[in-house]
Amino acid sequence: MEENLLIREAKKRILILDGAMGTMIQAYKLGEKDYRSKRFENFESDLKGNNDLLSLTQPEIIKEIHSKYFAFGADLIETNTFNSNKISMADYGMEDLVYEINYESARIAKEVANEFTKKEPNKPRFVLGSIGPTTKTASLSPDVNNPGFRAVNFDQLAESYYEQAKALFHGGVDAFLVETIFDTLNAKAALFAISGLFEELGKEIPIMVSGTITDASGRTLSGQTAEAFLISMSHLPLFSIGFNCALGADQLRPYLQVISRESKFNISAHPNAGLPNAFGEYEQTPEEMAELIKEYLDLELINIIGGCCGTTPEHIQAIANVAKDYKPRQLMATKGN
Amino acid sequence: MKLSGLEPLNINKASNFINIGERTNVTGSRKFLRLIKENQLDEALAVARDQVEGGAQIIDVNMDEGMLDGKKAMVEFLNLIASEPDISRVPIMVDSSKWEIIEAGLKCVQGKAVVNSISLKGGVEEFIKQAKLIKRYGAAVVVMAFDEDGQADNYKRRIEICERSYKLLVEEIKFPKEDIIFDPNIFPVATGIEEHRRNAIDFFEATKWIKRNLPGAKVSGGVSNVSFSFRGNQSVREAMHSAFLYHGIKNGMDMGIVNPAMLEVYEEIPKNLLERVEDVLLDRRDDSTERLLEFAEDFVGTQKTREKDLSWREQVVAKRIEYSLVKGITDFIEEDAEEARVLATKTIEVIEGPLMDGMNVVGDLFGSGKMFLPQVVKSARVMKKAVAYLTPFIEEEKEAHGESKKKGKILMATVKGDVHDIGKNIVGVVLACNNFEIIDLGVMVPMNKILDTAIEENVDAIGLSGLITPSLDEMIYVAQEMERRKLNTPLMIGGATTSRAHTAVKIFPEYSGIAVHVNDASRSVPIAQTLSSKSSHSGFKENLKIEYTKLRDGYLNNSSSKKYLKIEEARKNKLRLDFNSQNIKKPNFIGVKKMENIPLSEIVPFIDWTPFFMTWELHGKFPRILEDEVVGEAAKSLYQDAQDMLEELLVGNALTANAALGIFPANSIGDDISVNNGEFQFRTLRQQTQKAAIAKNIALGDFIAPLESGIQDYIGCFAVTAGLGIESLLEQYQKDHDDYKSIMIKALADRLAEGLAEMLHQKVRTEIWGYCPDENLKNDELIREKYLGIRPAPGYPACPDHLEKKTIFKLLSAETIGISLTDNLAMHPASSVSGYYLAHPESKYFGLGKIGKDQLEDYAKRKSISQEEAERWLRPSLNY
Repeated sequence: MEENLLIREAKKRILILDGAMGTMIQAYKLGEKDYRSKRFENFESDLKGNNDLLSLTQPEIIKEIHSKYFAFGADLIETNTFNSNKISMADYGMEDLVYEINYESARIAKEVANEFTKKEPNKPRFVLGSIGPTTKTASLSPDVNNPGFRAVNFDQLAESYYEQAKALFHGGVDAFLVETIFDTLNAKAALFAISGLFEELGKEIPIMVSGTITDASGRTLSGQTAEAFLISMSHLPLFSIGFNCALGADQLRPYLQVISRESKFNISAHPNAGLPNAFGEYEQTPEEMAELIKEYLDLELINIIGGCCGTTPEHIQAIANVAKDYKPRQLMATKGN
Repeated sequence: MKLSGLEPLNINKASNFINIGERTNVTGSRKFLRLIKENQLDEALAVARDQVEGGAQIIDVNMDEGMLDGKKAMVEFLNLIASEPDISRVPIMVDSSKWEIIEAGLKCVQGKAVVNSISLKGGVEEFIKQAKLIKRYGAAVVVMAFDEDGQADNYKRRIEICERSYKLLVEEIKFPKEDIIFDPNIFPVATGIEEHRRNAIDFFEATKWIKRNLPGAKVSGGVSNVSFSFRGNQSVREAMHSAFLYHGIKNGMDMGIVNPAMLEVYEEIPKNLLERVEDVLLDRRDDSTERLLEFAEDFVGTQKTREKDLSWREQVVAKRIEYSLVKGITDFIEEDAEEARVLATKTIEVIEGPLMDGMNVVGDLFGSGKMFLPQVVKSARVMKKAVAYLTPFIEEEKEAHGESKKKGKILMATVKGDVHDIGKNIVGVVLACNNFEIIDLGVMVPMNKILDTAIEENVDAIGLSGLITPSLDEMIYVAQEMERRKLNTPLMIGGATTSRAHTAVKIFPEYSGIAVHVNDASRSVPIAQTLSSKSSHSGFKENLKIEYTKLRDGYLNNSSSKKYLKIEEARKNKLRLDFNSQNIKKPNFIGVKKMENIPLSEIVPFIDWTPFFMTWELHGKFPRILEDEVVGEAAKSLYQDAQDMLEELLVGNALTANAALGIFPANSIGDDISVNNGEFQFRTLRQQTQKAAIAKNIALGDFIAPLESGIQDYIGCFAVTAGLGIESLLEQYQKDHDDYKSIMIKALADRLAEGLAEMLHQKVRTEIWGYCPDENLKNDELIREKYLGIRPAPGYPACPDHLEKKTIFKLLSAETIGISLTDNLAMHPASSVSGYYLAHPESKYFGLGKIGKDQLEDYAKRKSISQEEAERWLRPSLNY
């Protein structure tokens, strides 16, 4: 079988992932009306803040943001679908739109990617189908008095992920990015759904997995250490594994070191632009962040690097600028015994 | 093979046998079945927790019982486990004969679990389908040697089925090789049925074949099956299990379902029993079953009769010495040492030979979790006694210079200002057992004496110990001084208030040599070993640096992310209690009262035993710990020894217990408590971290009516000791080389002092102050602090300032009852307690947390001390 283009590119260079979508959308200062556009004029619930819906109502803005990231040096961009799953969309009463949002988001992102690839054929651009954690957790009880209770179960999650993955696939994404994993069991349901989809399609695309270490405890929200997380996610042949969100680049480093040492997969990271200040704003400048990312590169930790909350095209540009002088982390031969 | 719960479990060539806990299995444990049936889930969880604490590296969960809804029970229990990090840190083995239960279980675990089990019993199609799903769920799998024709019951069938299963898994569906575990069926032996004769040996041989021919695959099994025909005969079963494991592991068995409480140490199985057991297991004789049965009848021995069994005395002298060391028996050691001495050409050979060999056995058993600390300390007592007996002969032979080859020389000291040394002594004993030479400088050792001795003696490492918080700073000073003197001797840090975090953040960066935190005695051995070999220093240091940097980053982030209020704001959010005649009781007694020579027998009922076991590194709640599957036996014997010593103390009046208490009129003024109309001031500190909506920023002063309220309130304080007279006892024990007793007496004196404080507090509540005249609480309710009012102690979380002890001591003139304060404000004797009495019904224990510079400055002013001095005493509580 011919090797996937994305996998081939990853061997040649460090791939640059885009930055935050939400931060960029905020800058457009969109109002309720903009979110609705004509189509959802009379929709019953408030829609402002449903950023994923903008792929349908303001596709030009979303495409503009994708273009910016590509223009500033990204190789990979994420579809605007972080919350486009049945469980999260229930908050807006938009469960029925899940397929369409994912499909459209993938389609417009791929359109932008193709334009750039056409202009620069030796630097092909890729689209990652962003699959967020949903708003519920399968390992934790939301009710402190009833620790055995679960607001969602594995089957419900798998069904929801399946629908999203299928739409993204048909919309044309080059890979899946299961990200911001705060509960490994949720992510296992996602991998279960994706492997089922592959079996059904008789076709596969690369899978990327990215967990979230919530704080200095060094664990995910559901309590796993970085290494335990890696072990729990290694049963499918992933394209990459890594961490994103919650921490800045400096706080994230030790956990990347752990998985970089142990993993046979590519390693990805897209940290926040530092930790938020008292007002929830991210203050780390592109230069500061790039300086910290340089440490990753000096330690040869990384294959794929980008940004999460608070990062902008300027951050990505600064990071790309540093990364271009480095070789990607070497994959080790398969471990195991 | 890699598995995970909340934490990773790496199984590789370097890992020993993996012990799978089997108590959370309704088919194997009646107790667990009853708990599940009666829906006593908290207790069912306790069973799981005990297993993990007892060393199970994986826990097997099985709910296959006719009367249970197995699927529901599995899901419920696994969901509950997920909420208990101390259980769910280990991987789960989802155990069922029903696929739907297995699948439901897999949907509840976030880690990489193990399925137990699937097989070819239902045909290839079903097997493949299940294996494919297991792969997608991300679990490893146990495959039973079972196929369409039934369970494999001989060697050939075992390897045939395993090979066929392996090929299907690896070739057909690319199941990861290293995630396959075979269970080649452990069946009973010595059943009297001819076909069963080779049950064990076939298992061993199949294991060996699998490991050789099916790369990556692991072997497991349920060990207790093998002894099925000896139900009721614990001693024989234990011997069979451990002999089975011994041979299983030798043949490549990687893991097994084992009840650690039903396992004799292989080396300790009586030789004649072992021979018969192995005859059966290895099918060495035609009459082996009869011979074992016959023998077993005489061996229905319980633990008791075994203790009296002196047949070990018939062994050769080296074996007898080893037995005495492992069992901690002092009765025969001098006699045996003498016999060995006569046989040896040089006396030193007795130490280097049989004694050291025996101690190595002890060390190995301890290292592998088969012996526990109290047992090891007893072993050391035997060793010391033997060495003391032999020493004069050695000197006579003028061979003294040919000292036995030691692994390394370790200097140990409790730092200046601190008198606590139980932990240090335990570490010293354990290291000595492991053939390190220990130079113990004792307690309150000044920095220069430590460093001068270290240089003079050219030690391999320095171990610093301390219990009170100022000792933490003292350790930092030692590290700084070592840096200044350009030393590179490694530094080991230990003691109750020390922590990995503190060492990482405050000590490690001060010293360019190695500074490492040692969590407990068992950790001290591998660390000391590494440190004694200079060549391993740089690698060790490198790893330590990564680990500590991570910790430090984590810690620094953590502390900077907390928000602190200005002290004025914190004061605005103080706790405002109601003060009125309902909740302020005028004390029946005002003034200072002293009680001397309090009978120890009165104190004993107030002892909280749980911390006593913690001192000996046996963790678990008293009295449950006595029945614990893993440490229960060790705990019981320790408890018995403690009772014996208590008895001696009671009879001999060897320890003196004194107490002083005072109750005075008081009112709060700001954060201070003015005592006796301003004669004395207690200074209290206020929480400064930003609180959630309704929580208050508390200071102890808030529990006392403010002066401006016009209401007269009261406060008490106390100082008690149970350690007077301990020195002469210690001297005696030292003379006898009895570390076990000297640690024991200190641990008991500590417990007695705490018990006395508890007892006195009760007297204060019910009589002396009398604000709860009708209280009627049992000891365990006292331990759980069910009483009204509190007795916080300076140096502890609510009031970390040790300087306040000075005020208490002055108020009570505590020196007159025999307690004094050291330079660093530790109480002497060490087994002493002092604190305040606060009676308001809503007063409660709390932790101060960190305070800001503004409060520190204000506090220093209030106390009329310099800011530097205040900082010195409150260093661990400062947020800057």
